[in-house]
Amino acid sequence: MEEHITITINDKIHRVKPDQTIMQAADACGYHIPRLCYHPKLSIEGACRVCIVQVEGIKNYVASCCYPVADEMKIYTNHKEIRQARRDIVELLLDNHPEDCHTCERDGNCELQRLAYAMGIRHRHFVGQRKSYEKDLSSTSVIRDPDKCILCGRCVRMCSEIQGVHCLGQAYRGFNTVVMPAFNMPFAESVCTTCGQCINVCPTASFVEKNYTQELFEKLNDQDLIKVAQVAPSVRAAIGEGFGLAPGRNMEGQLVAALKRMGFDYVFDTQFSADLTIMEEASEFLERFQAKGPLPMITSCSSAWMKYMEQFYPDLIENISTCKSPMSMGAAMTKTYFANKIKADPKKILSVAVMCCTAKKYEAARPELRVNGMRSTDIVITTRETVWMIKSAGIDFLNIKPEKFDEPLGLSSGAGAIFGVTGGVMEAAIRTAYELYMGETLIDIELSDIRGFEGIKEAQVVLDGHELRLAVAHGLGNAHRVLEMVRQDRDRFHFVEVMGCPGGCIGGGGQPYATANSIPLDEECLKLRAQALYGLDREKTIRRSHENPDVQRLYKEFLGKPLSEKSHKLLHTHYAEKLPRGIVSPNLKVV
Amino acid sequence: MIVIDEDSCMVDIAKFFLEFTQNESCGKCTPCREGTKRMFEILTRITEGKGEPGDIEKLERLGRMIQKASLCGLGQSAPNPVLSTIKNFREEYEEHIHQKVCRARVCAGLITFQITEQCTGCAACKRICPVAAISGSPKKMHAIDPEKCIRCGLCYETCKFNAIEKV
Repeated sequence: MEEHITITINDKIHRVKPDQTIMQAADACGYHIPRLCYHPKLSIEGACRVCIVQVEGIKNYVASCCYPVADEMKIYTNHKEIRQARRDIVELLLDNHPEDCHTCERDGNCELQRLAYAMGIRHRHFVGQRKSYEKDLSSTSVIRDPDKCILCGRCVRMCSEIQGVHCLGQAYRGFNTVVMPAFNMPFAESVCTTCGQCINVCPTASFVEKNYTQELFEKLNDQDLIKVAQVAPSVRAAIGEGFGLAPGRNMEGQLVAALKRMGFDYVFDTQFSADLTIMEEASEFLERFQAKGPLPMITSCSSAWMKYMEQFYPDLIENISTCKSPMSMGAAMTKTYFANKIKADPKKILSVAVMCCTAKKYEAARPELRVNGMRSTDIVITTRETVWMIKSAGIDFLNIKPEKFDEPLGLSSGAGAIFGVTGGVMEAAIRTAYELYMGETLIDIELSDIRGFEGIKEAQVVLDGHELRLAVAHGLGNAHRVLEMVRQDRDRFHFVEVMGCPGGCIGGGGQPYATANSIPLDEECLKLRAQALYGLDREKTIRRSHENPDVQRLYKEFLGKPLSEKSHKLLHTHYAEKLPRGIVSPNLKVV
Repeated sequence: MIVIDEDSCMVDIAKFFLEFTQNESCGKCTPCREGTKRMFEILTRITEGKGEPGDIEKLERLGRMIQKASLCGLGQSAPNPVLSTIKNFREEYEEHIHQKVCRARVCAGLITFQITEQCTGCAACKRICPVAAISGSPKKMHAIDPEKCIRCGLCYETCKFNAIEKV
């Protein structure tokens, strides 16, 4: 039998496991000690002091997030003094925070607001000087507002521990402490990959995405424009949460209907473009496989990953697939193939991408992705912005009659759906590559080895007697680990999938904020979102990209075949080393 | 224990120590980073003659919380000078707040400078006053305009005849 110890919480005796913190033990016993800087995925900071408790025999309060339980320990979480101290600590945070809740983007979704309410702060005792800094509006994707920062440090730990980007740090000291990129550089010039995970973990609105909703509302009213939207796979799996639904509901039909009511003329599916990406990417892989290089081929769908790689791994640029991301492929097809079809001037097409991602805003602005001199994606809005727009437009999202995506860029296979989950691109590519190479159908198409939320997943597939070694990484920190393996041994893998965000796109930086009873990037929530997409895959009769009849038609009518000259012009791109201040190129030889 | 004579104001001493710890605060934990700032602000207010009833209780409340909830020894000991001076010299705090008096005549906001009959009219104070608050004819007793005076204390230090007093 497992060993247990006895502790007393608020004079009630509990049997708990040893070797855990007071907070973990209290959670298991049904006491949710208020907390702020703590996040189970990040290292323990012990800084906010909101989770303090009184332990008998210890003079001071202890932070329950980092104090271990011991046998016979007597813990008080809620007596008068501790309640007052905790209340005062939260009030001190509020006192140095703008009082603009009514006009704040996170009104109603703010952890500080919830905490202040739960602590019973009904009047203020300690009002004084407040910090005042300029907002950083330089980035295409992420806005930093130090005034709203309460210095919990979750963004800093997320950026360094999970994402391995180390863009954010705490500068200066005491009351003057500010979270900023190195040298207080504007975001646009820093190493920020625009992944948006700082937004996900921020308890307040210190980090928010750059909002394009007003601009989009204006353009939707422009009668001269043909308004076209495309919807990323993982948006449909998460958008329900923004309307109070439990995670894991596929709201595809409702989303199409809502976008139509908002003024879009056509709503296409990024899953279609995902199928197109697979056609190109699987063909590219086979070409590299047969020509013996350069391998491993590394996927290029994730925009944050693109920037990360260009900054930190420019020596691996030749290994990166030249395929554009599904969003950019879809947008390129919208402004060429689709524009031809409806005989419209591509300049009159407003191409909007509804994405789970803040980095897609950065990607859309990349000059290499322009098509015939035009931006292929004009506006990118995140899931959160979409939720707000639907609410703001007064659309009854939950009760709306579901509608279908429009042709000719709306039909997708199951392979396109799983793009939104870590491992999905690889799985989809293998389904198609196997068949293109072997000429026979892959029977067991669900690659369970590369599903799930382990940081780095490895698998082998046998292709005509050759063993293909695959690796899947999600979160840029894991990408870093896989790439170090690749740097050491280029033959270790044949094919590597990298997604910039934890869990893949379902955990993207633009997904709905955690609700009152959950935490940001909760693994259970990510699993449910993933299940929604795997369910979508299983429901489809077509589960392989190359079987998608609309993709076949697109090649027949317009592109020719995968990797054709036209494909290369419209669906492929190139990368270049990027060196923000402070970064030294690995290609640089020190003499 | 620190021994201080009657020319030191206890509120000012507490403020001095707190200014030091507040500057030393690393900024990691909330009680020390935000709390010592608020305590320092309250003390500053009191020494400027803008103290309000309830300030002492606020200082005690914040101080005790910071002592018990801070992450490290700096924060845990930062409020000690304030709590200790309140414990032993509470009446000085009360005088500052209610009577607007600093008995040690240290807190600039609570004192005025006056010229006494010992004045010889040498005009040294008049020359050094940075805001021209002192008037008077040569060899006659001078006077300080309390409206103009910024309580910098330069005249007090300059006078060779001890003719200027703090009230």
